[in-house]
Amino acid sequence: MRRRRDTLKNPEQELRVFRMRSLLAVLVVLILTGLLGGRLFYLQVVQHEVYSTRSEKNRVRVEPLPPTRGLIYDRNGKLLAENRPTYNLTLVRERVDDLDATLALLVELLKLPDEEAEAFRVRSRQRQRPFQPALLMSDLDEAQIARLAVNRHRLPGVEVQAQLLRYYPDAETMVHALGYVGRINAEELAGLDSGNYAGTHFIGKSGVERFYEDELHGQAGLRKVETNARGRVLRELGHTDPVPGRDLTLTLDSELQKLAVELLDGRRGSIVAIAPATGEILALASVPGFDSNQFVTGIDVASYRALQENLDLPLYNRAIRGHYPPGSTIKPFMAITGLKEGAITPGKVIYDPGYFQLPNDSRRYRNWLRWGHGRVDLERALAVSNNTYFYSLAHELGIDRIHENMTAFGFGERIAHDVQGQSDALMPSRTWKRGRFNQPWYPGETLSVGIGQGYLQVTPLQLATATAVLANRGEWVKPRLAQRIGEQEVPVDLPDTPADIELGNETWWDSVYSGMEKVVSGREGTARRIGRDLEYRMAGKSGTAQVFSLGQNEKYNADELKERLRDHALFMAFAPVEEPEIAVAVIVENAGGGSTHAAHLAKAMTDAWLLDDEAPDSDEVREALEREDDRVAGD
Amino acid sequence: MIWNELTRGLRSHPVKPSLSGIARRRSLWERIHLDPWLLGMLLVLMLAGLVVLYSASGQHFSVVTAQAIRFGVALAVMVGLAQLSTTTLLRWTPLVYVAGLGMLVAVELIGDMGMGAQRWLVIPGVIRFQPSELMKLAMPMMVAAWLSRQVLPPRWRDLAVCAVIIGLPVALIARQPDLGTSLLVATAGVLVVVLAGLSWRFILFCGTLAAAALPLLWINLHDYQRQRVLTFLDPESDPLGAGWNIIQSTTAIGSGGFWGKGWLQGTQSQLEFLPERHTDFIVAVLGEEFGLVGMLAFLALYLLIVGRGLWLAGAAQETFGRLVAGSIILTFFIYVFVNVGMVSGILPVVGVPLPLVSYGGTSSVTLMAGFGILMAVNAHRRLLPR
Repeated sequence: MRRRRDTLKNPEQELRVFRMRSLLAVLVVLILTGLLGGRLFYLQVVQHEVYSTRSEKNRVRVEPLPPTRGLIYDRNGKLLAENRPTYNLTLVRERVDDLDATLALLVELLKLPDEEAEAFRVRSRQRQRPFQPALLMSDLDEAQIARLAVNRHRLPGVEVQAQLLRYYPDAETMVHALGYVGRINAEELAGLDSGNYAGTHFIGKSGVERFYEDELHGQAGLRKVETNARGRVLRELGHTDPVPGRDLTLTLDSELQKLAVELLDGRRGSIVAIAPATGEILALASVPGFDSNQFVTGIDVASYRALQENLDLPLYNRAIRGHYPPGSTIKPFMAITGLKEGAITPGKVIYDPGYFQLPNDSRRYRNWLRWGHGRVDLERALAVSNNTYFYSLAHELGIDRIHENMTAFGFGERIAHDVQGQSDALMPSRTWKRGRFNQPWYPGETLSVGIGQGYLQVTPLQLATATAVLANRGEWVKPRLAQRIGEQEVPVDLPDTPADIELGNETWWDSVYSGMEKVVSGREGTARRIGRDLEYRMAGKSGTAQVFSLGQNEKYNADELKERLRDHALFMAFAPVEEPEIAVAVIVENAGGGSTHAAHLAKAMTDAWLLDDEAPDSDEVREALEREDDRVAGD
Repeated sequence: MIWNELTRGLRSHPVKPSLSGIARRRSLWERIHLDPWLLGMLLVLMLAGLVVLYSASGQHFSVVTAQAIRFGVALAVMVGLAQLSTTTLLRWTPLVYVAGLGMLVAVELIGDMGMGAQRWLVIPGVIRFQPSELMKLAMPMMVAAWLSRQVLPPRWRDLAVCAVIIGLPVALIARQPDLGTSLLVATAGVLVVVLAGLSWRFILFCGTLAAAALPLLWINLHDYQRQRVLTFLDPESDPLGAGWNIIQSTTAIGSGGFWGKGWLQGTQSQLEFLPERHTDFIVAVLGEEFGLVGMLAFLALYLLIVGRGLWLAGAAQETFGRLVAGSIILTFFIYVFVNVGMVSGILPVVGVPLPLVSYGGTSSVTLMAGFGILMAVNAHRRLLPR
């Protein structure tokens, strides 16, 4: 380092330069500080509101408090749907040091197969926020809870959480009347009030659970909490209690419902009972049922497939969605229609040669008794279930008037007030046929409808409803399942109740009742066997619905047919005749004739409802069934 | 010899003749070679910093204690360095510079990996040490030492030498990679040259060259460095990742408003939304809890310190001391500006702590060592005829 000699250092000048530069530096420092000050002013004064809001959003989290779902009782206060505490295994990932070891230990403690560890691992990732527990397994049993409790110290971050789950004590029996709840799916979520359902995992999927979802669900509450950046809740800032859902008291009588299911004894079929004066549905049974509790926790694929592939269709609610030709059970309603339209009077007599022929048509529409019933008036026509009488009546009325009057009884309509998923089945008309097949209506089709065959289809609920209206002398009360919502009674008169049916002569009702009484009590009555030890007056009508049509001159033997091609047995009844308390519709699929295979079930129902005695137990009924089996009779 | 110098001020000096020829006793401050104004302001800053740190640490008193101890060490270093004469500093400068270079090379070869970059030199059980911190002081001193022997303003040949003195350590630090520190070290060196009277034409020329070289620099950046720049330009592009820090810090500052939420009341900081809240981002805690008022008060304090520092530098008798002091105090300001600018979102995120407020020992010691040298430069005057 050789010092430069050509110029001399000038300390004065160096100092001057330094001071100039320092002054400049001060200027730059002031400008830069001004820049910072300006930025801070912008953030803290100009944009303060924006950042204030953002900071609040950061720290405050609103947690929903789901309401407790309302309970469901039957008319006698028996619990049909309750909320049962269950225990779920959850895991907070942030609190677990060694996930593999913890999961392995859990699988060992819960005595699960080793593969479950992998499923647990997948589930432990399924959550939206840090410090939110992930659900590993639901519905732990007591032994599992105990083993977890003992090993608690080895399982940091693992918790057993209590949760209320819907539970149906009599699931198999009640499912088609009650419906059930299940996990909310994406489709349902889109249509829901996201605020009110924020903490709710279950929603009514069918039946009463679905129809009264709003009432049963209640109003969600919320809890404002302060959380730190990792999502850990530090303290509660505010609290709004949830409003629990309202309890529901149904019109169902669970004993009667149980009896209905037992009476069907595993056969496919349905029994619906209604109190005519109030429209209260007392029983709404569809067999087979299934265990709806499986659907609450989430049914496994194999079980669900088994249910779906079951030929007896347990998931299918026959009571409200099953379409059956009513067969001869339509005849009392045809009779009322005939009387109302002036086509017949109770005294009008026709001669039955065993068949009916349309003018200019060679085809013979047969009575079930090949040689005919001879002279038949209205009451006898009902008692012996004469087809020729009703062919003739139907022909005289024509399909238009039949359609109009049958619709007035609720056929082809969805009348019931709160029955979720009820079907309108089919009350055919000219317009319907034109639209459906683009064909005109043929007179022969009117005859089929007249005896409850052809295109005509009804649901058991419709049949029971029409029977109740018939028993009421035409006065309409809408059938309903809910008696009380919370403390609030469901009124007898509901909006959109159909117009009452009025006859020119009040005694004509009694004529029809009389004919129906003779069905069970008359000498010639098709179901006279059940009338032998009747302790009250009962009006009824049997029906046999053909599953497939027979050719012109064929006669068949039920035994030779495959079981599923056999006729459906139907019976409708109400009792006591002078002041009806119960109307029943019974349908037993592929059982054969209604008078033999359905009538006694209807009587068992009315007995149970009207007599103080204990309801007949299922053994007695089975014996009765066996006794009746030997007997073959037409309707 | 150093010991002699260190203790000279404390030994009672015989009465020396003053400029006017009238004998007077030197004041205590003069004897211990400290500037009371600067020291006072630094102490106020440290105390205020500890108050903020207590809140920023999540109210852990142990953190405050640890920081106070480091401040103690830093003050001791400052007082010690203040006792050295300019001559001694000048004599030792090349040695320290070369040693620093050697250590940077050592880091390059055997350095400990920390945070994905080699920055630390570790003698197990003894010390973890960042040679780049040493360079923050040694390099500008080396530049000043060189220039002070030359006739100023510097000529081309002098500038070439300065470029080498600055370039070597900067390149080594940048390789670690620690772009932020390398730029700051480079700035400290360049400031010396500028203060020495670098011609404006040359500054303009370099500025243009630097602007032209920007794309080249971009290509050579590490991914995380590029990410930082991109995030700076648009923090919302990655709100949960790289943008998180900036979003949360601006939210903290902005939500503080004019008066602030109050000490220990900042939700952003107390609830840990703010990252690095007790180190690089501590100013966000300050802004949130003490508002614009608190921020401006701190900025004012920093400005006063810088002003006093420049005053002392300007009062120095020798070019070497003057240049070193000027560079030190301006670098100090740059730390403040870069830190506050980054946390408030007008500069990209670089790892620069807020001087004497952020938690951290090394930077406090380096800063206070700088102030020690600044005071030494000021205190050791030779009696020159005016």
